[in-house]
Amino acid sequence: MADESSSSRREFLLRTAKAGLAVAASGALGLFLHNRKPRQPRAALTPTRRDLSVPTPAGTPEFVLVRGPSPRAITQAAIRELGGMQAFISRQDIVLIKPNIAWDRVPQQAANTNPEVIQTLVEMCYEAGAKEVRVTDVSCDEARRCFQRSGIAAAAQAAGARVILPEEHRFREVALGGEVLDHWPVFVPFLEADKIINVPIAKQHSLTRVTLALKNWYGILGGQRHRLHQRIHESLADLATFMKPTLTLLDAVRILIRNGPQGGSLDDVRQLNLVAASVDQVAVDAFGVTLFGYQPADFRYLVLAESRGLGTTRFEDLKLKQVNL
Amino acid sequence: MHPQTPTAPIEKKRATTHTSRTTKPGLSLRRLRLFSQTVFLLLFLFLLVETVYRGSFRAVPEPIRPTYPVKIFLELDPLNALATVLSTHSLYRGLLWAVLIIMATLLLGRFFCGWLCPLGTLNHLFGAIRRGEPSPKYIERNRTRPWQSLKYYVLFGLLVAAALGSVQIGLLDPISLTLRSIALALLPALRYLVFTLLDAVYALRIPFLWLPADYLAQGLRATLFTPNPTYYHVGWLLGGIFLTILLLNRLIPRLFCRAICPLGALLGLLARFSLFGLEKYHEKCDDCNLCLLHCQGAASPQGGVKWRAAECTLCFNCQDVCPRDALRFRFFPELRTSVALQPDLGRRGLLTGVFAGLAFLPLARVSPGVEKTPHPQRIRPPGSVEEAEFLARCLKCGTCMKICPTNALHPAWFEAGLEGLWSPVLIARVGYCVDSCVLCTHVCPSGAIQPLTEEEKLGKAGKHAVKIGLAFIDRGRCLPWAMATECIVCEEHCPTSPKAIRLEDVVVTRPDGSKIKVRQPYVDAERCWGCGICEYKCPVRDRAAIYITSVGETRSPTNRLLLPERKVN
Repeated sequence: MADESSSSRREFLLRTAKAGLAVAASGALGLFLHNRKPRQPRAALTPTRRDLSVPTPAGTPEFVLVRGPSPRAITQAAIRELGGMQAFISRQDIVLIKPNIAWDRVPQQAANTNPEVIQTLVEMCYEAGAKEVRVTDVSCDEARRCFQRSGIAAAAQAAGARVILPEEHRFREVALGGEVLDHWPVFVPFLEADKIINVPIAKQHSLTRVTLALKNWYGILGGQRHRLHQRIHESLADLATFMKPTLTLLDAVRILIRNGPQGGSLDDVRQLNLVAASVDQVAVDAFGVTLFGYQPADFRYLVLAESRGLGTTRFEDLKLKQVNL
Repeated sequence: MHPQTPTAPIEKKRATTHTSRTTKPGLSLRRLRLFSQTVFLLLFLFLLVETVYRGSFRAVPEPIRPTYPVKIFLELDPLNALATVLSTHSLYRGLLWAVLIIMATLLLGRFFCGWLCPLGTLNHLFGAIRRGEPSPKYIERNRTRPWQSLKYYVLFGLLVAAALGSVQIGLLDPISLTLRSIALALLPALRYLVFTLLDAVYALRIPFLWLPADYLAQGLRATLFTPNPTYYHVGWLLGGIFLTILLLNRLIPRLFCRAICPLGALLGLLARFSLFGLEKYHEKCDDCNLCLLHCQGAASPQGGVKWRAAECTLCFNCQDVCPRDALRFRFFPELRTSVALQPDLGRRGLLTGVFAGLAFLPLARVSPGVEKTPHPQRIRPPGSVEEAEFLARCLKCGTCMKICPTNALHPAWFEAGLEGLWSPVLIARVGYCVDSCVLCTHVCPSGAIQPLTEEEKLGKAGKHAVKIGLAFIDRGRCLPWAMATECIVCEEHCPTSPKAIRLEDVVVTRPDGSKIKVRQPYVDAERCWGCGICEYKCPVRDRAAIYITSVGETRSPTNRLLLPERKVN
């Protein structure tokens, strides 16, 4: 009997202690979690800029215009006239080439950058000693179809480039410090590269009338980038402020004169057999609009960019070199 | 605790004299069957996973077509063949393969269920999970039950509906059911889970974990999962139904196969001619019931009764475990004492099934939708046949939805009416139809979507040969129309040339009284073909300010809007 009562007393104490602990633990946990901030507040991002420009070799032209039937030859000539790729690319650089691969279109439709131009640039970067050349874009259409049908993925890979698809998790929130663009998700390869070459194609666009180098920077952004159209000029100037490329080469081998930026019909395409290259991206755009018969001064985003000191709209005042092959 | 209750542990379940399975050594039919099940399940899953567009960057292979014959399991399915023959009076293309299965079943019986069917194999697997020792409970649940006849009534109902023009077999056909459930629910859910975990790894801020995580993500994207995350309309329900079917095996093994599966029922009926079957030597049987314990089809393998050819899935467990060699599968088994060829079909049950099938079509069509008014959100994939014909063909298998590279195609809930449940519809807020893509048209096993080439889809002179719908602008939500704000995103993305969205420059007043020039969009109904990229890209996030509906679809002679302007040559 004594045994039984002591064991029941022990059981009583034990069970009371367990219950008491459970009560205390739930209370403590409740208090601990009460009004707790669910996540650490986002560390205030300091506005960053990607200035990847390098000083141009003295005496070389600042703006080069090359015409000729072979996209490869005119691309080579344009870079050569600017001082050669080794003037821009250092050994062991990771170089990113940014074509326009926005649309599910074939090269003849002139909605994406010419694949031969890209292939030539990749080869030249490697010849200049680049450690790795990457080619990427954040497409508008389904990316895989764009990369495949544009022919750019195959051409770039043939030259040994690493083709990077815009995967959903490889975007990083960046403080762009712009007037319209404050915080925006940017595709990480654009943040990692040592040198960036912007290679837009010249196309008609109903909002900016022409889409060129600055508009090509839409392809570094993720998120709801279509909202940027509401203040397109400010956002383009913001993008150019954030991103200063090593080189800009405008592909005008074929241009899209109607139904841009994705076209679709061969009737919309004009063959110009021309590339323009410069370290001044604003100058490239200023030249680009003239291909469509416009004046640079009529483009508010160019005026805005110029007023911010990002480049000149008077490309003809630069040290100009024209080559016909 | 009450003193009288015996406190001894619950007695170990033990009822048979032979508790452990004593399989015979060597190459048995059971082992062959196991091998076949494994191979076909893996093949099924491989083809399912590869029903996808991943892109090919080494070269530019054009045109873009499916890499593998991803519809082969659907084409081998005799129920798909029979139902569409009843509804269309024609055996469509690859469905001829099903005749192979029919002929083999006529000779051998329901081998498909035990050897090939992926759902059969999954049910088999889940039914084989048992806790503890074999007990009478596990033997009893494998006895032939009257409710096993239910599947024949289901089959008759579905076939009658098909003969009337409404193919509903896909709701329960095991191939369509499994394909749809795994492709549109389980795989996307697994992808979500894995990538959520990977995100947690990235959030850990331990950089040396990022590279392996990145490689894992890349690897999974290139193999098991789709490259981009996918979402499917009412996908949770598809997954829920499938998991329920798998869990039902815990109650009774292969409950779905035994009681519901219309394909099993069809094959069971075909098995009545089978030359192959189980011969029993009743005098040798000592009622150990090991055969029953392992029976997959509840086909009465035990001594003293006749074996049911229509229920047996030919798993060969019974022959393999019988310790006294009282059972043997052979050609031309002794019929008088061993075999019942015909299933038990109550006349009342059959009539109920037939009546349900007869009642289904008129009931489904008294709702407006198919004939009286077309559903606006019933936007069918390009190449789809006219709606009545579509309902006579679509197997609801989900293959077109799985392969769509933009996640545009979804299993319908009631957008296409009762009959259209889980048939494909385009939901443009989730994805749009790529103008030069014809992938979905090349995977349809039954011709609900007819194969198209890019040229056939695109047509000439910027006027699409195939229209799937038409875009409408909601001027109350559109930025340039309602909010004096510049936009043009819909026009920018419109893939037709000349564009089907036209812009007009207008000077409008802003809230502060100032004037601004904006470009307001208009849809050109002649050129718009309903791809939905405008709705997809519209920056008004919740409900787009431009949306597509089915009107104007070229497949329909009645769901039209405008008279043709002029013939395009």
